[in-house]
Amino acid sequence: MPNHRATTTRSRPRREHTSTFGRSDLSRRRFLGYVVAGTTLVAAAEFTRETVFDATPSASAFAVPSAPQTPEVYDLLDVIRDSARPTANLIRIKVNRDNTVSFALPRSDNGQGIITSTQMIIAEEMGLDPDQVVVTLADARPELVFNQLTGGSSTTFSTFTPIRVAAALAQGRLLDAASAELRQDRDVLSSRQGLITGPNGASLPFGELTTKAAAPVTQAVEVVLKEREKFTIIGKPRTKSDALAMVTGKKKFTTDLQIAGALPTVLCRAPDLNGFPRAVANLDAVRTMPGITDVVKVDGGVAVRGNTFGQCIDAVNALEVTWAKGTVHGADDDSVLNELRAAELPLVAPKLPGSLEGDFVFYFRSNSSLETNCAIADVREGRATIWGPSKSPIAAQAEIAKKLGIPQNAVTFHVQEGGGSFGRKLFFDAAEEAALVSQAMGKPVKLMWTRSDDSRQGRTHPMATCRIRANVTADAVTSFEIRHTSVATEVNPGLSEAITAAATKAPGGNLTVSESIFETTQVTPYNFGASTRFLNEVDMGFNTSSMRNIYSPDVATARELMVDQIAAKLGKDPYEFRSEFAKQARWKAVLDRVAQEADWGRSMPDGTAQGIGLHVEYKGAAACVVELDCRPATVNRKIRQARTGPRVTKVTYVVDVGLVINPRGLEGQMMGGINDALAMTLTSSLHLDDGHFVEASWDNYFYTRQWNTPPEMNIVIMDSDAPEPGGAGEFGIAATCGAIACAYARATGTVPTYFPLDHKDPLPFTPYPTSPPVPPSPTNGLQTTF
Amino acid sequence: MPPHTFQLNGEQVSVDVEDDVRLLWVLRDLLKVTGPKYGCGINVCKACTSHINGKAFNPCSVQVKDIQPTDEVTTIEGLADTVKTDLHPMQQAWVDNDVAQCGYCQPGQIMAAVAKVKQCRAEGRAIDDDAIEELRNICRCGTYNRIREAIKAGAENM
Repeated sequence: MPNHRATTTRSRPRREHTSTFGRSDLSRRRFLGYVVAGTTLVAAAEFTRETVFDATPSASAFAVPSAPQTPEVYDLLDVIRDSARPTANLIRIKVNRDNTVSFALPRSDNGQGIITSTQMIIAEEMGLDPDQVVVTLADARPELVFNQLTGGSSTTFSTFTPIRVAAALAQGRLLDAASAELRQDRDVLSSRQGLITGPNGASLPFGELTTKAAAPVTQAVEVVLKEREKFTIIGKPRTKSDALAMVTGKKKFTTDLQIAGALPTVLCRAPDLNGFPRAVANLDAVRTMPGITDVVKVDGGVAVRGNTFGQCIDAVNALEVTWAKGTVHGADDDSVLNELRAAELPLVAPKLPGSLEGDFVFYFRSNSSLETNCAIADVREGRATIWGPSKSPIAAQAEIAKKLGIPQNAVTFHVQEGGGSFGRKLFFDAAEEAALVSQAMGKPVKLMWTRSDDSRQGRTHPMATCRIRANVTADAVTSFEIRHTSVATEVNPGLSEAITAAATKAPGGNLTVSESIFETTQVTPYNFGASTRFLNEVDMGFNTSSMRNIYSPDVATARELMVDQIAAKLGKDPYEFRSEFAKQARWKAVLDRVAQEADWGRSMPDGTAQGIGLHVEYKGAAACVVELDCRPATVNRKIRQARTGPRVTKVTYVVDVGLVINPRGLEGQMMGGINDALAMTLTSSLHLDDGHFVEASWDNYFYTRQWNTPPEMNIVIMDSDAPEPGGAGEFGIAATCGAIACAYARATGTVPTYFPLDHKDPLPFTPYPTSPPVPPSPTNGLQTTF
Repeated sequence: MPPHTFQLNGEQVSVDVEDDVRLLWVLRDLLKVTGPKYGCGINVCKACTSHINGKAFNPCSVQVKDIQPTDEVTTIEGLADTVKTDLHPMQQAWVDNDVAQCGYCQPGQIMAAVAKVKQCRAEGRAIDDDAIEELRNICRCGTYNRIREAIKAGAENM
């Protein structure tokens, strides 16, 4: 019996509220689609605005209602979707003569499963089996402007309706064509698995109808979407379409591609973060090393191309380079924290004798995926072709063209499926580097960052402080202020254009990019009177980006710890307090469900405790209960080159994301987020020392491993009446972080003040040197077999 | 350059390359067998886990000169052939449990899992959570809990 599951047989709490807001009979609303001129059928669609957010407030006898915060009426998902609106009619579904339907998804799949869910959405509307729908990732298409960006858990939310409209239109055209061919009324035809059949049994396949359904000139057509009650594919668990390819080694990642002449290429990088080369003493000698074909100095380092990556790494380590100082030369954790402290915004509610205050520090964390940064580039004769994973390929294409000094339309960017992203692939550092190195060498290159490059010179989740002041009366909270101060999060050009273009739509408008993201994602989900949330960022020269969200996991950790303290002050149970003060019925519902599923309040041994957290984002709500074991026998268990410490022994996670496309995929996303939350809260951080990060590999950087992961995990997906899907990719993390932090405080009696909890413990490893930059591969691999 | 020869997925292969090049690069860059992945190059992430003579090993940390002509190297591409089926029971369990997310670490996870089950059987141990927690393979997508279920299910059919 699996110990995690998408559904449950246990009795459910009484539904206290049925959403009607947003159920404006979406399924019968008419949408406008386009049949695009051509010899075979191509259907396209544009967006219309829908609202799925449930704004019905819950009642509480004591809670002081908070005014709606921006994310309650207009959140980051809206920003991304609205920025995508004007060009979305370029999303096209093509019916092919070979009976397949194809769609080039202008998004990036790095394991989230959006290729599979997109197949399901199209198949549902067209009566197909999902296997009959061929979904590929679109090359960079600059005409899409803002609509080729993957981030903020926005993909399904922003593409769901337009894809359905195009699919429904295609289906309608095919039925019309079949009706004419079979001389039967359209209403008596049935369409199943790409075959349209009349009452007399005569049938025609899509492939034969596509020419007849095609339009000689582009025309607008009204369509009606399939009613939700008739869904047979959406909402049913489905295994990923590439599951077989992944378990047989057939799935090709960028460095697996065989592109003619694109030999392995590695950069020798500086000891300092973002240092760059001044001079190289032995270029010619290194060029003669075994297997090496080219060595050139470029902006970010010294590039080495050769027959094997191993020989490139040996050559990189043999280079004698004089380096310029980096962007944070001499800096360390303490100096960065001091700069953040100096930039903290004031809390404005008066500090009263009854005020509760919290002050928390979150250290740098690496968003490195298991596939390191990589790209293949062939830049010759004024043209560039790039292969690589990218969540913002249009921006990459534009930037690469600029750097190479060629027109944007001379750059072709083939988006590849990535080996994980977590925010890293919003940036295209490797693609840009590969293009410049290929240009400098005049040859194709397969460029890959080594693990130490990725860990030390890659992108990080920024260090931040989060301060909270709550004013509490005998039975209510009158104010709750959050001041988040962070090393600046870089937002890449593609995202920043989209965000700034749409940010003025948010109440208050005219915010900076980061302020816009903070304002449109952070919500304090409780009736806490005057509730304010402000961000200040300090640009200190770090390479940063989101890491399965930017602010939410840290803000949720700080917020939920304070909520527990407020509850204690009011003499209330942490769950009951949250349930009473939750602002909306839908949020209270996930709390009530998680408490029931997790057997909240059960007797726990000394040194262990339950903890609870709530988080609201992505048009949904999530609540988590963890059980944490902080007993010495657990905390002090020894595993070679590993972090142990407190162990999460059980996680119960309840999530309401609105309409669910693929519950099996959604559960997987929650599972990944939960394991990320363990790492962020307990074990994984980068330590900055003398201008560089100490961690150079996985046995330095302690992402969750089998010995950390919870033995019991129960993921519950709430039934929802919402007509549209919300966001999922980042949704497993924040509530879990809050729950773990609260469990630690309850188990030990100590409220933690920095994260991850082990950041100041002695390092369980000897740091690798920064020069030479790549730890050499061992040679004793035949002694470690099992 | 000295030629090196060994058995790879049931075929005798030979390659001309310097003695000290690690087997991972011989497989990936020269023989174009790309199932074993690079994740660290220093035998900690285990993404390149393959089998040598039926035991799990990490080719990133073995020089090609240390591989003998009679050594049998099996990568994920050759795993099913070792049991003469289309899919090894562990691969089937992986599909049944929809384990993989991005899939990058999964060839190494599956190869390590098969070897761990065989090791436990040989030592008379159960395939339980304690045994699975000896596996050091990193999954940065965090699908560990499905990996656990798949290993237990796959072991039943091995």
